[in-house]
Amino acid sequence: MTHQTHSQAHPQAGLAAPLELICPAGTPAAFRVAVEAGAHSVYCGFADETNARNFPGLNFSREEMAEAVRFAHRRGAKTFIAINTFPRAGEFWRWSKAVDDAVRANADAVILADLGLLEDASRRHPNLRLHLSVQAAAANADAINFYARNFGVKRVVLPRVLSVQEIAAINRQTEVETEVFIFGGLCVMAEGRCSLSSYATGKSPNMNGACSPASHVEYKEEGDKLVSRLGGFAIDVVSAGEPAPYPTLCKGCFEAGDHTGHVFEDPSSLDAASLIPQLAAAGVRALKIEGRQRSRAYTEAVVRSFRTAVDAHAAGQPIPASDLRKLTEGQQTTSGAYRKTWR
Amino acid sequence: MTDKRLALTLGPLQFNWSAEAFYDFYARIADEAPVDKVVIGELVCSKRSPFYEDRLPAAIERLQRAGKSVALGSLALVTLDRERRAARELLTESGMEVEINDLSLMNYVDEQSAFSIGPLVNTYNEGTLAFLAKKGARSICLPPELPFASVEALAAAGLQAGVGVEVWAYGRTPLAMSGRCYHARAHGLTKDSCKLVCEKDLDGLTVRTLEGKDFLAINGVQTLSHNYCNLIGSLDRLAKAGVTSLRLSPHSGDFVAIVQNFAGVLAGDIEPEQALAAMRASAPEAEFSDGFLFRECGAAPLAPA
Repeated sequence: MTHQTHSQAHPQAGLAAPLELICPAGTPAAFRVAVEAGAHSVYCGFADETNARNFPGLNFSREEMAEAVRFAHRRGAKTFIAINTFPRAGEFWRWSKAVDDAVRANADAVILADLGLLEDASRRHPNLRLHLSVQAAAANADAINFYARNFGVKRVVLPRVLSVQEIAAINRQTEVETEVFIFGGLCVMAEGRCSLSSYATGKSPNMNGACSPASHVEYKEEGDKLVSRLGGFAIDVVSAGEPAPYPTLCKGCFEAGDHTGHVFEDPSSLDAASLIPQLAAAGVRALKIEGRQRSRAYTEAVVRSFRTAVDAHAAGQPIPASDLRKLTEGQQTTSGAYRKTWR
Repeated sequence: MTDKRLALTLGPLQFNWSAEAFYDFYARIADEAPVDKVVIGELVCSKRSPFYEDRLPAAIERLQRAGKSVALGSLALVTLDRERRAARELLTESGMEVEINDLSLMNYVDEQSAFSIGPLVNTYNEGTLAFLAKKGARSICLPPELPFASVEALAAAGLQAGVGVEVWAYGRTPLAMSGRCYHARAHGLTKDSCKLVCEKDLDGLTVRTLEGKDFLAINGVQTLSHNYCNLIGSLDRLAKAGVTSLRLSPHSGDFVAIVQNFAGVLAGDIEPEQALAAMRASAPEAEFSDGFLFRECGAAPLAPA
């Protein structure tokens, strides 16, 4: 067991803790915007394949990271650094060094998924606060308690396969804090257990931090049709002139037996704002917004809206109606697996 | 390891077969298939288990009497309390080796536990392999998406740590698990009201692109490759790398013939090209691939014969 010393997330001990709002930042500019818009904590990653949003032009150099952490600390916000891909065999040191760099940058926590890296980090940095990434897909209290016992994990980001009732059951059976996704892109598969992208493109979320990467995307007009392809596979087909959907594999349109349509998931994004009271009652400690790859304007609007919602809930007021629909690119929204009928 | 021959492991059946078909399959494996080890039990959906559970003891006994080593496979995605209890009982009460397919079972592993690690656990590097070996894992089947360079590094690490390293060598490749049931969704149902429609598709339901190209296969909450991994042409390279066993994943049709072809090549009785041609004949609907290991992506087909 490690005995970690870490600051309390909420100084007013004894009161019911308000929900902590965890916001994404893909760039230093988005980071500052997120903090100024009211993020309690910001999560981000280094500009390499050690994190699960390894997109061109995104993420932080070591210097930028240290500066971001200082900026956040001056304003009372925390920084969580995601090192949540699975280290490649033969190059474990690269990920191990990223953890060292996070410590050097004075991060408030690292978000890890790999067993080997968790052990390495807990052994070499016993005072470092460890969060279990959603990429570890720890979907029940046994799994979560295993990570707590072996590595001293303090918080788990729950996979998006659980209903509110199941989340409540987990919180009754573990001391580990739980964090859940509240808004943004929705993985329909158990995270960290999906190699669909790897199958079609060779680029894998687990190994390369990339899902349905732009490098393998092709849009092609064929007669009166516009086809979006990923790795050569048609993921969606619309009439020419219609806006072509980005070919994210699991949001595509396919045929299965007699069924034609979105076999896995509609191109919808998660908005569980209306479930904030239920999630709080289920014992959830923190709400996470997806979207490190999104623009500054997006980050600012979403963070501001959710900070208002979280504050309203803490004050015992109803959650204000969300005006975020326009930010979801005209897509429909869903509360995902939080409601059992989604399954 | 003194015996350098690659061992053959039959992975757990991924699909929803009737109790009759389930028992008959394992009876035939016991009688005719030259596999060393059989992993048996429900991997994909706990709603399926009640329909064949009572045939399980007889199937296990038959396999053991035929000299097979038998391990019980655990469920791959455990969320319900009854699923947690069932998984835990496998480990603590069965008295048999258990293949762990969801890390929640690691919470109950102790010095007495007999267990191995399945391919749906993320063993991507030497650090994770060493951790699992230290906890007592007897063997580790690697995730099917790993490239050959990773397999080589991990097989070497396995030799050092004294743990066997297995590679996914035949069958539709598991690609994803979900909370949602795609079979139910394709039939306008939900997981809770699924009517077990997945039983209609003995090898999963093919997913095609809107251009009619075969792409994936759905199997309840699981998504698989449309193609069938087939490493029959690479057994020398795998053995040389230090891999200790090959995983063959059950499919309908003449599966004994598939196993016999692998065993034949390993024994030096037939050439890999000959075996591949025979497998193409006995599983004509299967498109074979070694893409994850050796090519640019998992969907890439085997080079034409």
